[in-house]
Amino acid sequence: MGLTMLGLKKSPWVYHVNVGACNNCDIEILELLTPRYDVERFGMVLVGSPRHADALLVTGICTRQAEARLVEVYEQTAKPCVVFCIGSCAMTGGIFRHAYHFSRPVEDVIREADPGAIIAHVPGCPPKPEAMILGAVKALATL
Amino acid sequence: MVWHVIGTFLAASAGTLALGMASSWVDRKVTARVQWRVGPPMLQPIYDILKLMGKETLVPARAVGSGFLLAPVVGLAAAAVAATILWVANLWPHEAFIGDLVVVIYLLTIPAVATIYGASASGSPHAAVGASREMKLLLSYELPLILSALVPVLQVARSPDFGATFSVGALVAYQHAAGWTLWSASGALGLVAAILAMQAKLTLVPFDQPEAETELMGGVYIEYSGPPLAVIKLSRMFMLAVAPVYVATLFLGGLGSATWQGWLALAGKVVALLVVVVLIRNTNPRVRIDQAVRFFWFGVAPVAIAAVVLAAMGY
Repeated sequence: MGLTMLGLKKSPWVYHVNVGACNNCDIEILELLTPRYDVERFGMVLVGSPRHADALLVTGICTRQAEARLVEVYEQTAKPCVVFCIGSCAMTGGIFRHAYHFSRPVEDVIREADPGAIIAHVPGCPPKPEAMILGAVKALATL
Repeated sequence: MVWHVIGTFLAASAGTLALGMASSWVDRKVTARVQWRVGPPMLQPIYDILKLMGKETLVPARAVGSGFLLAPVVGLAAAAVAATILWVANLWPHEAFIGDLVVVIYLLTIPAVATIYGASASGSPHAAVGASREMKLLLSYELPLILSALVPVLQVARSPDFGATFSVGALVAYQHAAGWTLWSASGALGLVAAILAMQAKLTLVPFDQPEAETELMGGVYIEYSGPPLAVIKLSRMFMLAVAPVYVATLFLGGLGSATWQGWLALAGKVVALLVVVVLIRNTNPRVRIDQAVRFFWFGVAPVAIAAVVLAAMGY
């Protein structure tokens, strides 16, 4: 397991899942992947399919319609994987937590699907790309 | 005798694996530098493969499991055997067998066909679209690739020592004696056609329509994960090593002499071809599949035909 964890820490491929965000966090994730912040130094690459991913960047409050799809995307991701809840909306519902379409925080949805899931939180509204890098580095260091 | 063959295959595969990982790193590093950033560390390809080997293998419910899992292995094996034939022809030109140029061209088509088969076996509509694009791309670039391979063959055929032959070893020996294929009008045109066809064979931008990440979410490779995806990445690394060596062998003299000067020259030729491929990749957008087919049939193929005609006339 040592070599696998080394590989996972040195080469985390990310897949972006938007389950009902206002797009602010999505824009910050897009900026994270631009040459200015250069996350390829850490081996991070944006992949097009959840099956290729090691880290799911989940943004947005988990709306009632998106909940089943989020679970499906999580199950399609090859384990071991880390789920990053990006922004206050993904962590707790943020400013939309009393809205009619909000179901549960992303962590609860993922834990129900997989009790042993590795979930990390990156707070902010939206979190700066530097905060996301810090969150990713901290999460990978605990693996 | 069998151990000799197996040993040669394993040694060539190990060397091509190392060269492929280095080439893939050079690709990513040059891309990063062109974009004013730092880029990944040198061991990144090894980390990627290690990580993928440790993930679970997911086979979709609608996939044909056997074809889905075997196709990448077949593609990798074909690339490895093509690499073995090319290295044997470069190191020992007189041990190469007649017709091995044809065999190498056939073997180099197999990774693309294996991709098509694996994508069709995935059971995903995205992969099906990617497979149809790969089929169209294959139909478009194979013609200029084969025509450009005829250029050095025609040049060798005019020489009295060798006569008409399809042996890569004879091509290497002829270029060692008479100079590179590049130093002739037909050779220069043939090299241009070969480099563009190589760009499509490696499915690099502007010809990466089958794996279009922004359009097809991974396209042909969308349902692969874990070790099968590692095999696919390995076969892409192998092709990134084999394709420059193939073009260098046919047009730039290959490994002229097995001295340290010859090895250094071959390394320089491979790096130069890689940098050309990577710079084309970084300065062009992805084109539509119909634009790509039109480009190869009506743009590159006439150049390759002109090269063949010039080679037949002796220029």
